[in-house]
This record gives sequence, C-alpha cells and structure tokens, in this order.
Amino acid sequence: MLAPGFADPVHDAQATFRAVMDALARPGLPRPLTPGLNPPVPLTPELAAVALALTDADTPVWLDAGLAAEPAVATYLRFHTGAPLTEDPAGAAFALVSDPARCPPLAAFAPGTPAYPDTSTTLVLACAAITDGEGLSLTGPGIRGTVRVAPAPLPEGFVAQRAENHAGFPLGVDLILTTPGRVAGLPRSTTVTEG
Amino acid sequence: MGGGGGAEPSAPQSGYNFAYLDEGTKRMIRRAILKAIAVPGYQVPFASREMPMPYGWGTGGVQVTAAILGRADVLKVIDQGADDTTNAVSIRRFFAKTSGVATTTRTTEATVIQTRHRIPETPLTEGQTLVYQVPIPEPLRFLEPRETETRQLHALAEYGAMHVKLYEDISRHGHIATTYAYPVEVAGRYVMDPSPTPKFDNPKMDDCPALQLFGAGRERRIYAVPPYTSVRSLDFEDHPFRVQDFTEPCALCGARGHYLDEVVTDDAGGRMYICSDTDICETRVAEAAR
Amino acid sequence: MYVAVKGGEAAIDNAHRLLAEARRGDPAVPELSVAQIREQMALLVDRVMTEGSLYDPDLAALALKQARGDVVEAVFLVRAYRTTLSRFGASVPVDTGQMAVARRVSATFKDLPGGQVLGPTFDYTHRLIDFALAAESEIEPAAEADPRADAAICPRVTDLLAQDGLIEASPPDAGAPVGDLTREPVDYPADRALRLQALARGDEGFVLGLAYSTQRGFGRTHPFVGEIRVGDVAVEFVPEELGFAVPLGRVRLTECQMVNQFKGSGTAPPQFTRGYGLSFGQSERKAMAMALVDRALRAEELGEPVVSPAQDQEFVLAHCDSLQATGFVEHLKLPHYVDFQAELELVRRLRAEFERKSESVEMQEAAE
Repeated sequence: MLAPGFADPVHDAQATFRAVMDALARPGLPRPLTPGLNPPVPLTPELAAVALALTDADTPVWLDAGLAAEPAVATYLRFHTGAPLTEDPAGAAFALVSDPARCPPLAAFAPGTPAYPDTSTTLVLACAAITDGEGLSLTGPGIRGTVRVAPAPLPEGFVAQRAENHAGFPLGVDLILTTPGRVAGLPRSTTVTEG
Repeated sequence: MGGGGGAEPSAPQSGYNFAYLDEGTKRMIRRAILKAIAVPGYQVPFASREMPMPYGWGTGGVQVTAAILGRADVLKVIDQGADDTTNAVSIRRFFAKTSGVATTTRTTEATVIQTRHRIPETPLTEGQTLVYQVPIPEPLRFLEPRETETRQLHALAEYGAMHVKLYEDISRHGHIATTYAYPVEVAGRYVMDPSPTPKFDNPKMDDCPALQLFGAGRERRIYAVPPYTSVRSLDFEDHPFRVQDFTEPCALCGARGHYLDEVVTDDAGGRMYICSDTDICETRVAEAAR
Repeated sequence: MYVAVKGGEAAIDNAHRLLAEARRGDPAVPELSVAQIREQMALLVDRVMTEGSLYDPDLAALALKQARGDVVEAVFLVRAYRTTLSRFGASVPVDTGQMAVARRVSATFKDLPGGQVLGPTFDYTHRLIDFALAAESEIEPAAEADPRADAAICPRVTDLLAQDGLIEASPPDAGAPVGDLTREPVDYPADRALRLQALARGDEGFVLGLAYSTQRGFGRTHPFVGEIRVGDVAVEFVPEELGFAVPLGRVRLTECQMVNQFKGSGTAPPQFTRGYGLSFGQSERKAMAMALVDRALRAEELGEPVVSPAQDQEFVLAHCDSLQATGFVEHLKLPHYVDFQAELELVRRLRAEFERKSESVEMQEAAE
C-alpha cells in the first residue's frame, strides 16, 4: 500500500518550507525538521518532506542510484507531488540524494545561466549526521563571522567541489543537507573551507 | 497592544485556502524565495498571481507573506512606518481574515513584518522576517527601460551607468540627489533596489540579524538579503554616503535619531515633526507616562 | 494638539459602507439584476470576460454590478476570482472553421462560400440617440432570412488564400505545450502565442490606440480585414483517464484574420502575411486591434525594422494590461509622505546652499 503524505498538507508543507528557508538563510545552522512521514526506504522522511513541500509538475526531480533502484520511491513521489522524474541531473530542478558519498560531481547538475542563475539544481542530501563543530568552516551571507559544522557523509572531494561551485557565483547549485530530525542549508553564496 | 491593530489568532475564513493562496502557488513562490536567499540581491522571476488588491498596492509583499506565513506567526504590517495607515490596516485585515494568525503593532512581538517604505526604528532580531513591498525592483530601470538590457547588465555586474548617474547629481547639485530607493550593493555582487524606503533606513539593512525578503507583484520579481549580509549604499570616496538628519526631536515622544514626518499644523506655516514609526513613538510616550 | 494620523480602521469601514450605498444609487429606482446586465449590457459583459480571461457571462455581469459599471474594476474582480480556480488542464484547440456564425464579413472578397452575414452590428446604423429607448418598448422580431444553400460551409478566408499559397502558411500545431503568462513570468523575447495571450487580456483602449498608430505610419502593415466572424464554437477536453475528447460546452467568440503586407525574396515567392485576433463574445473592435498589433509585433520575425511602439514587444507587453497599469497609476494615491519628506529635506538644503552662495557672491560684489 502507498505510504501516506503529510498528515496536514497545508501546515506540514509550510513548516517544512520554513525550516528549509531558515536553514538556507543561516547556512550551517541546523533547524529542527520532524515531518512525521514514513516513506519507502531508502527515501528518508526528511528527503520526502522537502520533496512534498517544494516539488510539483513544474519541477523535474532527479533521483540518485539508490532511490532510482527502488520503484516504490518513484511511485510515492509521483503520487504525492506529480513531479516528473528525470535521469538527466543537469535537467533537474531538485536532486534527491540518499547516499551523499556516491553523489555525482556537483558540476553534473545545472548551475543556472548568467542571466538566470535561479535556473539551477537544488540538491537535497540525506546525511547520516550533522554535528556542530570542526569539519567544514563556513563564511558568507547569512553567517555571523564563521560557522563550523560537520555533515557526514559528504561527496568525495567535497570542499574542492564546493570551492569550484562557489567560484562560479552567482552560478552554482544550492545544497540542502538533511539528517534525522534536522535540516541545514549550504547555498552557493557560502564559502566552504576545511576546519 | 497599541494602535488597536493587534489581534489574537482566530479561525481563518472558510472558502479560501490558509493565507488565501492555493498550495501550488505557494510552492512556486517558496521556490523563488529559496533561490533569492541563495543569490542575495538577484531578482528571481516568479509567476505573480492576481491578488484581490491592486497591483502597486503591495501584491508582491502580500504574496511573499502568504507563502511564508504559518499558524504560529505574529504579523505586523506597516505603511510609511505606521500600523494605522489605511493600506496597512487593509493588508493586516486581509491576513487576519484569510489565515487567522495573530497580529500585532509591536515590532518586538512580530515574527513577520510586512512593510511599505520604512524599516522599523526598533532593531530587528534573529528569527524575524521583514517583507518589503516593491514597486520597481530594477535599480537600473530608470537608466535603461528594457528588461533584456538590464538583465545583461546584472549578468555582467556592469554597474558603471549607475555610478555615472549618481556622480552627475554631485556635479549638478553638490549632492547625490537620490533620497529614497537609494541603490545598494548586496554581498559585494548585485546592485539592488531597497524599495522606496528613505535612504535614512539603508544602514539598517546592512548586517541585519533579520531575514529581508522583497516582493514585486506587478513586475513579478522576488529578491532577498539573508541575515548578517553586507548591504553597502553606493557612494564615492570624496562623497561618502550619508543619511538625512533632523534638527528637531519628535514632538510627541522627544526622540532624536528617528525618521520624522512633517505635519502641517495650520495655514500660517506652522509645522511639527513626529516619528514616522508609530510603534516606537507610542511605546516611548507610554513609558514616559509611567 | 491633535494630529490626524489615527483612525485608518474606522475610515475604511465607513468608506466601504458609503460605497455600498453609492453602488445602489437612489433606492426609489429598481435594482438591476445580474440577468439584466448579462442580457442588456452584453457587449460590456463580453469585454469584461475577454480582458478578465474567464468565460462566464453571469460572473462578469455580477462583477460589473459590484464595480458600479467600472470596466477595469470588473475585470479586476474577475481576474482575482480566476486565480483561485483549480486548473484541470488545457482544452483541445477550438476550431473556428466549424463555428456556427452569427456574423461573418470579409473586406477582401465581395462574396465567398458561406456568404457575408451581417448579423447584429452597429455598422451602418445612424448614431442618432433613439429617444424611444428611454421608454420601455416592445421590439419588432427580426426577419428570419432564408439560409443560403452553402450556409453550412463557411471556410475561413485565410484557408481559401492558403490553398493557392497566396498567404503564408499557418505554422502547424507541433503539439508543444502553449505558454501561459499567468503561470510563468514573460521572458523576452516572448513567442507569438504568449504575445497573443497578452493582447487578448490587454486593455481594449490601449490595444486600439496601438493598432491605430500602425495605420498612421508607426509600423505600417498594409492591413485588409480578411474576415471577421462571430459565433459559437464547441469546447472539448481530453481527460487523461478517458483518452478521448468530451464536450464541455460552447463559447461565443469573435475572430479576426487580417491579411497584411506581402513579403517575398529571391528564393521565396511573394505571399501575404497574417495578423490574428480572438476575443470572447462579440468584441470586434478588440479582435481587430489585436490582429493589427499582432502583425506589427511580428516585425522582427518578418525582417522588418523595429522602430515603432507597436512593434516593440517589451513596450507593448509590459504596458497593455489594464490591471497592472491601473494598479500602479492609482497607487500614487497611497501615502508617500516618508519619501516626500526625504525630498523636502533635500530641496530645502539645496535651496539654503543656493542662497548662501548668492549671498556670498553679493557680498563679494559689494566689497569690490
């Protein structure tokens, strides 16, 4: 049987959006996100919440290999969002990544165009944990001074990939990092170094 | 709560969705807001809807507010700094009716503040969101009327014409003659229109702990300044940016350093100056009376 | 001292009560019914439907009643209602070739299959006030004309011309989704379908003025009215689960096909070009104006210089919508005293500096 979507579609979608908005507005500061969803694995409740809150028929969605291998995931997302699924990462408005360690290079996704940098892909990653403190050192808009945060796992060579992504600003992809019960933002405007 | 404008949460009006907009429209606006936050100062196109109030009267701000508002929010709406100007009243009532959220006139109590033409004098704090109503979001529009051209200028970060315009003012008047909607550079990249707030308010935008969202309904653009982001008013080394100052204090609360409205008191040239921000003025008057 | 900065809430309530009273007018005069407006102000209803982008005569009539007859305000009410409606999808394109015509005239051919059908029109009436209408009156029923033998077949004039290749072919329907400017902000340059949508929703007066300007040399297109037809067409919809078209109902439309200046080159033989207009109900002026501006906006595509306002799509599309225009013009009524204060302060400072400068010049002159 198909797993249900939000219990309260209007207010659960709003709460999820606000958590994501706050997370992107204050990069590296995780926000609580408890959507109460029970989607088919390996789709996590947090990935599902972001998809249900933000995607629809106007937003092509790309699934990583782990999610694409499980037909129940596509059925669940298609039913609850109506979003078209795409196999082309560069054609996706949103990319759902259940296994960040095996995420394709960030450069494989759409960075937007100089005239329309908003036509980029937003990646939503399911991390096992996001802990405060040493790991990544963040500076930029939304950050008072410096923020340290340690999401794990991350794509291979993440700091170098992010540096490349940031160098193209205002082009680039934005990252929404989720972990059970929390969400953190890493927009393209953020400078990421190790530390 | 002062001004008679505050209200407890109530049941929203039936027949329309929470906060008026349908969920599909909210999703579209929410996606635009996230992009706007990720690229500070860049104007994100969005499919602005027809709202039950006219274009030019705050439809952009109303759509942004409707998209972010949740049941737990406390909403404040100001126009010209005041909670009781007719358009502020009308928009506050619209949300009270369609969403049932609590409303307030107190800057410190609000989680979401929708504004036209002012930034509150009371410093904003983390967790607050300021939503600006924007008539012409394009800072270059009066230098170049064509969207196809201005879009390229932003893409190339080619802002020379703006500096030339400001410098022409200096050579003609001895001053930069732009007193409101004074252009700013956000996070070192995009030049942005701060909406027609007096330039007096520009310094409040810089490194502000609150999130600032801008909605232009008729022109179909949303843009943002995240918290703690640099917002620099354009200026020149030999003509640094400076704000208006008022020689007199507020006639009601005695405050100095607030933006004042000039009120004509008689037909013999009588004038008085009072705070444009009614909340801070009322709070100060009430505290003095205690 | 009393400062009149308070009282917004009470003022709004009172103003709305006054509006309700003014809307009703003298209570001794019978109140208009929505049906009366729909039936007797039908062309006004048609205009509100056209610019409101919603085919619903009763709703448009009600909007007109609520708006006290203000067309732009009525369009506003209809549009604001329209945005709240759920979308089920797009209908099958209507076939105006299958229209049951109530009126059909061509200025390019004296007679043609299906004939010229004058129908209900102001054309050729003498514009003399008919004082008899001031009293309630019985009307004489119109004579039933004997239908022509070929009345059932009413091919479009442009189709007749196209058979001989005399007019550019209408681009084939590629089946690609049609843009919708109410769902996506316009990205310039806008394609023709989007331009037509903007023009159809555009203010009749503005579009008419632009069309007129093309006739006066600001982007000439040498137009002929190939055909204007007014009548009912069927609207069909294909539900995804059924897979075949089901009829939803009929709508009355006015279609205008302009036949314009020909083009040709060393490689392509000369052909007339097209301008297209379509409106809800009977809105001939709008459909004709739309067709003229449509053709003018094709200047670039047809290799003509873009030099006039009606050829400039950013100018036309950004300014033809009456709601956007009226909202922004009328917002000047809103208080602007914060910004005005900033300007006052600057002008006073500049004036003081000016006076100081002139005084010092005077003193210098006196000293010399």
